[in-house]
Amino acid sequence: MHSLTNTPTRYGWAMIVLHWLIGIIFIGQFVLGVVMMRTTSQRTSFELIQLHKSFGFLLLGLIILRIAWRLGNAPPPLPRSVATLERRTAPLAHFALYAFQVALPVSGWALVSVSTLEIPSMPFNLFVMPNLPLAESDAAEGFWTSTHWYLAYAGIALVALHAAAALRHHFLLRDSVLRRMITPSSGGE
Amino acid sequence: MKARILGLAAFAACLVMPVYAAVALSDAAGSYTISPSGSSIRFTIGKAGGGGFDGAFGRFKGTIRIDNGDVGRSKVDLTIYPESVGTGQGRIDAFLRSDAVFDAANNPEIQFRSTSVTRTGDTTALVTGRLTARGKTFPEKFTAELGGLKGGTIKFHVTGKVLRSRYGMDVGTPLYSNVVDFDMTLMGRRG
Repeated sequence: MHSLTNTPTRYGWAMIVLHWLIGIIFIGQFVLGVVMMRTTSQRTSFELIQLHKSFGFLLLGLIILRIAWRLGNAPPPLPRSVATLERRTAPLAHFALYAFQVALPVSGWALVSVSTLEIPSMPFNLFVMPNLPLAESDAAEGFWTSTHWYLAYAGIALVALHAAAALRHHFLLRDSVLRRMITPSSGGE
Repeated sequence: MKARILGLAAFAACLVMPVYAAVALSDAAGSYTISPSGSSIRFTIGKAGGGGFDGAFGRFKGTIRIDNGDVGRSKVDLTIYPESVGTGQGRIDAFLRSDAVFDAANNPEIQFRSTSVTRTGDTTALVTGRLTARGKTFPEKFTAELGGLKGGTIKFHVTGKVLRSRYGMDVGTPLYSNVVDFDMTLMGRRG
């Protein structure tokens, strides 16, 4: 029986599902963001931007859930074999990853809120998402556009570093760090 | 046959109409050229969550012919140049002109040709006609209200709703309503 919650050595399936779901959407959002800005068809571009906004709000909802879950459910400690340097830097990297997961959707939300285009947000055409209480102006739109852009590139670089570290643990150090984010903890452990 | 019945109805309506209205009709009869300086073609599209999206067309041309004695035989022709759309926001104007909406480069004209005019009151009429945009034609209805008649000029306030999806302009629904509310002031000069 797989456990929903984390155990002293393994992640529970809730954490695992949230990790991979957010990871896939996060990378997908980066690709979608780049594509939508390069599309020459105004119509396709408009529709892709609305889709990007929908997934952005979904991401924000998922990350709030993930942070709440994590606060109430401590992750298993790193295996004993992990070196001191990594033991110290890994929490910083993970904290930064969380910070980016919050900052990216929020900066995107700020961008649509201050945009002088005043395009409403309607995640997956389900409901109207109100704007953040920020004053709209061309200057503010420019600021949040570049902020969102820089955060996206920095965030994706951090994700690449995170993935490289996981692969290093699995293939070079041959420890359980990647495996335990794939296989959930079982009740017997 | 239908036209004759409409004509008869209009004639009967004239008989029971107040005298001043009948006088106004014979005074109004004639051909008019729509004058862009005294006219405006504005539109509003409702937005999800409230509010609307307003715009106007800056360039258009047309004629209004009011038949003496038979309002039903009156005629309205209007040509709008979508390239002249203006919303006060340059990026939105470019979007509207692009192939996302009007495709103004390939479809430089939006045309309305009336097919029937039915009098609905002393100063009001229902104008039915064929609207052509982006190569698609559908029947549409507009309400016209006589706003004034003096010298050689006549003024109408025209309102109507058009479903944009039928003309291949459904982009942005349901964020932006499918219904386009038109509000026009058409001023015609005789001749």
